[in-house]
Amino acid sequence: MSSDLDVFVGNTTLIDEEVYRLWLDGHSVAEAVARRLRGGVLEREGTSVAVLQSDTRDHYRTFQMLERLLHAPPRLLQQLLFQIPPERQALLVQRYYAFDEALARELLGKKLSKGTKKELDEVSARTGVGIRSCRRQFDNFKRVFKAVEELRGPLAENIQQLFLLPPALARDYAAIVFFANSRFETGKRRLQFLSFGDFAACAQSMMAHWSQGALAPEAAEPDGDLPKSFLQDLKELKVLVSDKDLLDQHKRDTSGMGVPVLGGPGFGGSLGGGVPALSRALVNVGGKLTHARDVRDFFVDLVEKVIEPCRSDKWSPGDLRLFLTHYTAAPRNLPGFRHQALWERYMAAISACLLRMYHD
Amino acid sequence: MPGKLKVKIVAGRHLPVMDRASDLTDAFVEVKFGNTTFKTDVYPKSLNPQWNSEWFKFEVDDEELQDEPLQITVLDHDTYSANDAIGKVYIDIDPLLYSEAATVISGWFPIYDTIHGIRGEINVVVKVDLFNDLNRFRQSSCGVKFFCTTSIPKCYRAVVIHGFVEELVVNEDPEYQWIDRIRTPRASNEARQRLISLMSGELQRKIGLKVLEMRGNAVVGYLQCFDLEGESGLVVRAIGTACTLDKLSNTSAFLPACNSPSKEMKEIPFNEDPNPNTYSSGPSTPLKNQTYSFSPSKSYSRQSSSSDTDLSLTPKTGMGSGSAGKEGGPFKTLLRQQTQSALEQREFPFFTLTTFPPGFLLHVGGVVSARSVKLLDRIHNPAFVGIMGNTRSYKLLDWNSFNSDEPETRDAWWAEIRQEIKSHAKALGCHAVVGYSESTSICEEVCILSASGTAAVLNPRFLQDGTMEGCLEQRLSWQPGFFSIGSEKGEVDFFPQSQDSSSLLGIEEASPPGCGFCHIPYDELNMPFPAHLTYCYNCRKQKVPDVLFTTIDLPVEAIVVGKGCLIQARLCRLKKKAQAEANATSISNLLPFMEYEVHTQLMNKLKLRGMNALFGLRIQITVGENMLMGLASATGVYLAALPTPGGIQIAGKTPNDGTYEQHISHMQKKINDTIAKNKELYEINPPELPEEIIGSPIPEPRQRSRLLRSQSESSDEVTELDLSHGKKDAFVLEIDDTDAMEDVHSLLTDVPPPSGFYSCNTEIMPGINNWTPEIQMFTAVRVSRLSNINPTNQTLNKNFNDLCENLLKSLYFKLRSMVPCCLCHVNFTVALPEDELVQIAVTAVAITYDKNQALQANKAPTEKSQQRASTDNEEQLQFPLELSSDPLSSQPFSPAKEALEGASSHTGIPAAQRATSVDYSSFADRCNSWIELIKLKAQTIRRGSIKTTTSLEKASPLAEGYLRHRSVPSGTNSTVSVVKMTPLSFLPGAKITKYLGIINMFFIRETTSLREEGGVSGFLHAFIAEVFAMVRAHVAALGGNAVVSYIMKQCVFMENPNKNQAQCLINVSGDAVIFVRESELEVLPAPPPAAAAQPAGSAGDVTT
Repeated sequence: MSSDLDVFVGNTTLIDEEVYRLWLDGHSVAEAVARRLRGGVLEREGTSVAVLQSDTRDHYRTFQMLERLLHAPPRLLQQLLFQIPPERQALLVQRYYAFDEALARELLGKKLSKGTKKELDEVSARTGVGIRSCRRQFDNFKRVFKAVEELRGPLAENIQQLFLLPPALARDYAAIVFFANSRFETGKRRLQFLSFGDFAACAQSMMAHWSQGALAPEAAEPDGDLPKSFLQDLKELKVLVSDKDLLDQHKRDTSGMGVPVLGGPGFGGSLGGGVPALSRALVNVGGKLTHARDVRDFFVDLVEKVIEPCRSDKWSPGDLRLFLTHYTAAPRNLPGFRHQALWERYMAAISACLLRMYHD
Repeated sequence: MPGKLKVKIVAGRHLPVMDRASDLTDAFVEVKFGNTTFKTDVYPKSLNPQWNSEWFKFEVDDEELQDEPLQITVLDHDTYSANDAIGKVYIDIDPLLYSEAATVISGWFPIYDTIHGIRGEINVVVKVDLFNDLNRFRQSSCGVKFFCTTSIPKCYRAVVIHGFVEELVVNEDPEYQWIDRIRTPRASNEARQRLISLMSGELQRKIGLKVLEMRGNAVVGYLQCFDLEGESGLVVRAIGTACTLDKLSNTSAFLPACNSPSKEMKEIPFNEDPNPNTYSSGPSTPLKNQTYSFSPSKSYSRQSSSSDTDLSLTPKTGMGSGSAGKEGGPFKTLLRQQTQSALEQREFPFFTLTTFPPGFLLHVGGVVSARSVKLLDRIHNPAFVGIMGNTRSYKLLDWNSFNSDEPETRDAWWAEIRQEIKSHAKALGCHAVVGYSESTSICEEVCILSASGTAAVLNPRFLQDGTMEGCLEQRLSWQPGFFSIGSEKGEVDFFPQSQDSSSLLGIEEASPPGCGFCHIPYDELNMPFPAHLTYCYNCRKQKVPDVLFTTIDLPVEAIVVGKGCLIQARLCRLKKKAQAEANATSISNLLPFMEYEVHTQLMNKLKLRGMNALFGLRIQITVGENMLMGLASATGVYLAALPTPGGIQIAGKTPNDGTYEQHISHMQKKINDTIAKNKELYEINPPELPEEIIGSPIPEPRQRSRLLRSQSESSDEVTELDLSHGKKDAFVLEIDDTDAMEDVHSLLTDVPPPSGFYSCNTEIMPGINNWTPEIQMFTAVRVSRLSNINPTNQTLNKNFNDLCENLLKSLYFKLRSMVPCCLCHVNFTVALPEDELVQIAVTAVAITYDKNQALQANKAPTEKSQQRASTDNEEQLQFPLELSSDPLSSQPFSPAKEALEGASSHTGIPAAQRATSVDYSSFADRCNSWIELIKLKAQTIRRGSIKTTTSLEKASPLAEGYLRHRSVPSGTNSTVSVVKMTPLSFLPGAKITKYLGIINMFFIRETTSLREEGGVSGFLHAFIAEVFAMVRAHVAALGGNAVVSYIMKQCVFMENPNKNQAQCLINVSGDAVIFVRESELEVLPAPPPAAAAQPAGSAGDVTT
């Protein structure tokens, strides 16, 4: 005797967290049943495999029907089809939009296109995240990206409003969108030591200091894009390295102000010519940001031109912090340097990024 | 023109994309009522249109208002081609027609399409201005309130319960019209939905007219059903109980009214004959009378009558209640006759109620049922022909008016069955039938009509107009004067129950409420069927049967031992495929055997659980192409008033076989073990003999409960009663062939629910009383294929049994997070949609309860009575205990008694009736501290009563505030208000403050892309969820936050997987209400518990 049809519908929609997790992970009903069996439900509840199968199918059907609504979480709140208590709704959304950092790391800076989606098989193999789950997460990234791409105002807040995500998760999504938008290169070998968290922190600092929303809330451009005028202005900073006088002065001021540390062993020898080199690198990274291709290399440049030299000089993170603090502050005393505000805005994000990235 | 209907279309949201090119929709709305249609402007290119229309006004008469639904159609404007329909909303405006219900319907409604399901939502505001109509000959019945609830609704009191109302309306089914071949499935479905909506409206109006004729103002226990007879048409029929209800607006307002004891006494016309033996002593057993009548055509009619317990025939004549009365005193007879005549004025003294005001139900005889097999294709009604050519294709037919000279109409069929029921009730010495319901099962052209109910003797005062109005209140208020009791000091006045008390009270029989209903109503010497009678174990005065079957809910005042449980009998019978009359004949031949077997199964299972009574019994016989299925569900309980059931003894027929003997004894052992286990599980520790504890306020604890009954001076018949099995009243099962063996095996296959779960099919689980507010209503549907190549009755039985058991198991698993909880009102419906396909639909509610408070709560006033007791009064504690005429058998005082007391005085049971309702069982556990308890209780109750009064005053502004809040256009609020749904008539931990009207909805859903929608399961899952959503939306729009007495009356599912198609029809109903949490009201400090008397073994709650 086989059951052709078997449904259970509650006035309050039943959500089984364990089954939801299995569904999110992309397991088929059969796999989910097998996993639940291994979890020992049978022994705990003294029930039968058939019951477990029927239960799993019911939940899967519910989730499939809910998925459409999860794509636009505010609709989940307004819809009348499923009566779900608010805290359960929040849980559904949060779990649905939660992602594997390993996967997100792989996809950072990539174009969220069909082509990338096709490559998910490899990503799945590399990260150990199930392919169906990979696809769902990829679609989430893409959906969020599309939804906020054109919106003005702070990215994270927009995401939080549109997708009802908790603030931390919304900030992570903002980072993903920011990376996808500017297409930063993150896949190079020399960047492999950086985690998703590192990049997300960088993205947040960059958006916080550089984006237009940071200065004027009614800005015309979306937060995900770096404002063109700002990038244009950054070229002006080249004066710091192109003008010999200013460079020297800057170098002196930096060294002078930070006597105790910068005079220390680490700085004495190798950094003799180091500070100008670093200085040039830091200023040039900014100067190049007007070209889209150079923007992509932003993190590569930072690692190659700043982090690696410092590391080879055995700077401690504290050393770097000290250096950056003084280096940022130094131009205040430079005569004829008119871009103090711009410089500090630029360096605030750069410093934050460097400090976050400066680890093994 | 007595009415103006006003409709405003505010906005839409989440509309589907209708224009692929722009991914947008140009939506507009058509609002139709009767033959008038209005349109909104087109709101271009939006999925969230803001129409904000003017008020569309329909000037209509109230007849139309009652019949017609408001139709709202959302369309997509298309410049070049026809406008595409997005979907529809039908709004029943009936709730706006009575003054006390909703005043406005306003909210978001799902836009429903029969092919696509829900497609977005629309915000609508509907109002009705009614003008007074003084026309006495009007056709409308505006103002008559309808309730699905099968008890007196919580915030009303019954002034008079008038009785049975029924009506039936017939039309042809649009699905079978010739035009259906050329129109789209959508058009056909919509025609059907519209027609049924119209027919329900008309039916309701007609029932309302009947109620007005009876001078009532409400219908309670309203049950409307559809019979989809296919070619021969569509029948919409309804039954209900007409009442005159009074709204309890403010408790304090009516309390002091109208009630001086003297007035009451004057009104009592009769003195009672005090001798209980002189009247109405006799057994009642599981009494079942059935009649099978088969009349496929008017020319042919055969009737057989049988009663299955012992297959004794029920005489159809003689032996009415009059015969029972003839031995009683003349007054008594007079009273009876008066009652009788009051009832007999009515054609059918039936009541669809299952729960009654205390004191209403005097005696219960047993279950009466009648079935009849009819052939549908014989009805070629000329009226149809007339209609076919009619352009107004859905003009309704009133079968009566069209066919007054046609005897074989649906009306006549039902009249015939009701007559049967009435005569069965008479045979049981009862003048009324309560818990009455009717149902049909249709397969092709064969239809089984069934009716069943519980024969009962009722208290006449509720049935009469005028003189006895307000008797409830009178009783309430004169009690305090009558018994002066210093309850706070724990002083108790005992008042001897005697004839004067009963005569003063004017109760027909001075039977204690805890057991009175068990006393047999029929004549002992002239019993309608063989039964074992004993003296009541509670009052020892009157005879009770050994087992009692009923279709009603457990009366509040009933004294129950332990907990109850769901008991089901399941049965399949193969039948040859046949046509027409041959088919009908073979079905009606099978029916008696099925009834008998179902009954035997129920009896065996009841005994296996060590219980002695069934409540809420519902037997469905479903007819299919090649089989019949029987499913009986009931809630088994142990009534303290009835004797302890004997065990089940197995007897072999071939005694000389050694191994066989061994096998038998093995089985016997298993059965005995099961009984013992069940007794433990359901905490059935039958009460000790009251004699044993007389004079010892601190008795030995519970070990005694298993003691044999040693002596009983009040009755010889019970002296030898033994709790172990195998004594004289044991039930003997003879095993003479393998079939019987199978039966015994199948008895043992019922698995008890996992720990933490209980289940019942009544409103309330006896023995659980500390409900917490969490509820989960659900519907589960299963369709299974019985894939045997050569099915036999045995294999089918087994399959069917497994199907039900697995379904239950699956429910327990699903709801495991709610443990400890109880599945209440478990309602199984079986259908046989095709050969070998069995469809089972279950609707029930899981309610959590607090295990830890079990013990404490046992001692507090009962929830159920609280629920009912919307009345409150200044009563103090009274303990009018009985010092029965025989001093030796006088009953001990028990604290639980006082709980009952408090509760019952709330509900207005006269004290004398309560006098003997002592719960022996709880005595042992609680006697030690009873005085403390009394003190405590006295305070609790007094506090409770004061608070209730104040909180009630608070309640209405609260509800009003809620309403006001609700009626603010909800376009802006983003969160959806929660609407609870429950098949019960109440919500645990909450107080219903207002009834907003009846919800009665019919939906059809069809798909031609079954696979794409997730197969049959996906399709039905979505549809049921949609139905829930639409019910919730309507309730929310009425300003309500719950549906009570929710029922899914029909779920017809058809599929054609080869064509990738499926269709489903669902009909649901319930009462929309506003409830307020008791915690918000700050009513009672302790959670109110349930059944009136908490039985022994309450301590077990903690330990288990």
